[in-house]
Amino acid sequence: MSETQERPAVLGRPIPAPAVTLETQAFWDAARQGRFLIKRCQACSEAHWYPRTLCPYCHSDRTAWEESPGTGVVYTFSIMRRSPTGPYAIGYVTLDEGPAMMTNFVGMAPEDLKIGARVRVKFQETEGDGPPAPVFELIP
Amino acid sequence: MSIRGRAYVMGAFEHPTRDAPDKTTAQLHAECARGALEDAGLGFDDVDAYFCAGDAPGFGGMSMIDYMGLRNARHMDTTETGGSSYLVHLNHACQAIAEGKVHVALITLAGRPRHGGARPGGRMAASASAGLSDGAPEQGFENIYGGSTHNTYGMCAMRHMYEYGTTSEQLAWIKVAASHHAQWNDHAFLKDVVTVDDVVNSRMIADPLHLLDCCVVTDGGGAVVVTSPEVAKSLKRPRVKVLGAAEAPRTPMGGRSLDLTTCAAVWSGPPAFAEAGVTPADIKYASIYDSFTITVLMTLEDLGFCPKGQGGRFVADGNLISGVGRLPFNTDGGGLCNNHPTNRGGITKIIETVRQLRGEAHPRVQVRDCDVALAHGTGGSLGVRHAAATVIMEREA
Repeated sequence: MSETQERPAVLGRPIPAPAVTLETQAFWDAARQGRFLIKRCQACSEAHWYPRTLCPYCHSDRTAWEESPGTGVVYTFSIMRRSPTGPYAIGYVTLDEGPAMMTNFVGMAPEDLKIGARVRVKFQETEGDGPPAPVFELIP
Repeated sequence: MSIRGRAYVMGAFEHPTRDAPDKTTAQLHAECARGALEDAGLGFDDVDAYFCAGDAPGFGGMSMIDYMGLRNARHMDTTETGGSSYLVHLNHACQAIAEGKVHVALITLAGRPRHGGARPGGRMAASASAGLSDGAPEQGFENIYGGSTHNTYGMCAMRHMYEYGTTSEQLAWIKVAASHHAQWNDHAFLKDVVTVDDVVNSRMIADPLHLLDCCVVTDGGGAVVVTSPEVAKSLKRPRVKVLGAAEAPRTPMGGRSLDLTTCAAVWSGPPAFAEAGVTPADIKYASIYDSFTITVLMTLEDLGFCPKGQGGRFVADGNLISGVGRLPFNTDGGGLCNNHPTNRGGITKIIETVRQLRGEAHPRVQVRDCDVALAHGTGGSLGVRHAAATVIMEREA
């Protein structure tokens, strides 16, 4: 029996610390508590991503944070093969609230990642002192 | 005010180098400028408007105007939309000329990614600096995910395959056509003709894009000279008249209704065709931005050369090969085989269009009776945010 039995390839990669701004500090503070926030406009009721102070649809500044279960479907993805840390998947999730967001899909074999698959957010530690970043895994 | 017929592309020059260990970026810009001005029969002192983008070193256009001694420059524009910048510049140059503000506009692109320039296809820089950032608003939500040109364009191809059944073999035909053209170009970075099998069997870079779905990485550059009708008529070169042009940005804009199978050409194409007074059926030759094979396929659909979703069928079986298919494209070999200087293919798209309209393309790829042609640029990332420009030109008999 081989002593260096290969583990099945699972998608994932180290994530650098995200840039935090005055507008997005609340998102990252919540992320440190494991809560996934999105912004919704109180004037037009539309949710948007990435979070802004001014709604990109009606331009009201009455946007508010709301906690999201972080569920949605895979809109698209690409598996990067040219990576020193192994293959990883970048893609977009269409959140159940409506907006699509860029992310990494993690924890599945490349062949199990499909457009249309249901996924859920999880937070992955980032490098340095950065807050954890939202990534998505398949809902079994 | 329409630009139709109010400006001409009278000078075009593609730097012959594809590998420049021994030249600075500023020098390459100046050599390209000199080449395009000589082609037009003009001099540096004739230039009253200068256009460049982010590849120009130093302080926007001012550093290059100073380096090149453009002492009569009174107008400048440094609009930055990545690889499409130079087609945007061409549109803007025509506008400035049509308004009568300027008469001779110079546009340059140059760089040397093979020798210390910006790392090609590199990951988008992620900020890990301590404290609060005041950078790009999307930075914290995008740049951390390892996006590169390859995998963000790969996301578009993946979705296009899902929605329309597009295949890797169909995408491969775009590279095959480019390679058929590149074999006649002595300066092409890749001159070997490849087959569909070669493309789909090349190593996977970012699913579903293989190595041969990607453009080349080259040093070099190019320049074009745009003039007023009066100046054009005073010159000895064939006159290439600009009939219409338009540009458009396309971004996720809050993430609602994200559609990665449609590109900004869907907005830049129709007004350009309308201004030109022609339709896709009138286009004898097209320079289509080809950072990746998928870029070409989506652009052809969105410019109206075929119905949406039919791009795969349209490009198959050599339909883009000069002398074989219905729409000869990128007869210099394009970014896929010939040249993608400093990771930006915009200027070479204009240059090969000018060659075709003048009848100065390589005889093996010259389109017969090439009277109306189109050049289209895509800059930024198709899979994230990008901007396009479409320019339609005509040979003046």
